[in-house]
Amino acid sequence: MKVAVVDYGSGNLASAARALERAAAESGVRASVVVTGEPRAVAAAERIVLPGQGAFADCAAGLAAVPGLWDVIERATAGGAPFLGICVGMQLMAERGLEHRITPGFGWIRGEIAAMRAPGLPLPQMGWNVLQFRRDCCHPLLAGVAAGQHVYFVHGYALSGAEREEIVATTDYGGEVVAMVARGNRAGTQFHVEKSQRVGLCILANFLAWAPARAPERSQA
Amino acid sequence: MVKGVGFIDLRDAGDPVAQAEIYDRAGADELTLLDITASHENRDTMVEVVARTAAKVFLPFTVGGGIRSVGDMRKLLLAGADKCSINSAAVARPELIGEAAEKFGSQCVVLAVDARRASAGGWEVITHGGRRGTGIDVVAWCREAAKRGAGEILLTSMDRDGTGEGFDLELLRAVTKAVRLPVVASGGVGRLEHFVDGARAGATGLLAASVFHFGTLTICAVKAALAAAGLAVRPVAEAA
Repeated sequence: MKVAVVDYGSGNLASAARALERAAAESGVRASVVVTGEPRAVAAAERIVLPGQGAFADCAAGLAAVPGLWDVIERATAGGAPFLGICVGMQLMAERGLEHRITPGFGWIRGEIAAMRAPGLPLPQMGWNVLQFRRDCCHPLLAGVAAGQHVYFVHGYALSGAEREEIVATTDYGGEVVAMVARGNRAGTQFHVEKSQRVGLCILANFLAWAPARAPERSQA
Repeated sequence: MVKGVGFIDLRDAGDPVAQAEIYDRAGADELTLLDITASHENRDTMVEVVARTAAKVFLPFTVGGGIRSVGDMRKLLLAGADKCSINSAAVARPELIGEAAEKFGSQCVVLAVDARRASAGGWEVITHGGRRGTGIDVVAWCREAAKRGAGEILLTSMDRDGTGEGFDLELLRAVTKAVRLPVVASGGVGRLEHFVDGARAGATGLLAASVFHFGTLTICAVKAALAAAGLAVRPVAEAA
């Protein structure tokens, strides 16, 4: 199975690729993980991982700067390829980001990426925090993960205005913060799965085994 | 808020990669690799150690010591480090903080501050491994670094480092009150209650080196002490 970790000049791609390799090896999946910014290589992959670090606007610009890359991710995932966005990669799934300036995202998930308030707490949120699952939801990517387990967050902006059924998990940081979203074959984690030790590797192994139904197109609001 | 524990300083470790794996399994929340090469000329060794560490452990880690430029940082981040800590180079040229934050995002930029009590009150920024005074006020420097885009402060008390008398809580309170950034406390822990004191004084992370290296305390015992004091920690059982 080919897994593409999309390289558009942002973030710690080596860690994401190594964590996917480890998760594959531990769960007995034969996966070839490639870090690539080549639209053709991304199109040829069966699964797509989009990491991201830094500001939403910079990441969106970086992705758009590689000719064809944005479209190929859009098309491949519309065709059903399982997608996992990590940190700003997850944020890019939303309709728009407000960091620095208003920048459009993919718009797969309702809502926008706004500055966190977290009264009385340090910002950015940089550290481990507990996952809370949406009450009526047990997403396949969270199989084997228990509510209350810890994952590693680094962010000062977060998803707001999301639709309830697109939120899979939250955390508490001076109020409810969206930790994980999913719609059809597209999922994203605000936290760093590749830096969340056992819990993160478990989610990545689940992603490699995930056989989701294709997401129905969103009705335009 | 969950307090990060066991930010292990690998300065003294013989084989930093093997040591990192041990702490990874022992339940450390983050790793800090500082000055892992004796000579600052040997940048390639540092990059290689970072790459080997990143292949083995899946938790966040910071690299520091002798980082001079955005180019140095890029190599270390590409090798798999999550954050770079800068100290003397930022004092020499504060613009480096902003350049690094713009290039990699604030979350990658840790400002390491070595602080020493000043005779006139307050604390003075010390550079070059504790050898050189700067006349700069620590609290003012932390405020400036936050404005310039630092994402975290690694605050070491040079007065307490190696004493086992506990963190300089007054210093810690002064800095956490002045900036909203996460502040990792370093220097001075000798007993379990010192970790509790540091967490209560506002540190988001608690760094220790010698007590773990020499087996005086275990990460497990530290987390148990924090939990018993009502502070949120990540259980050791959730590690590798």
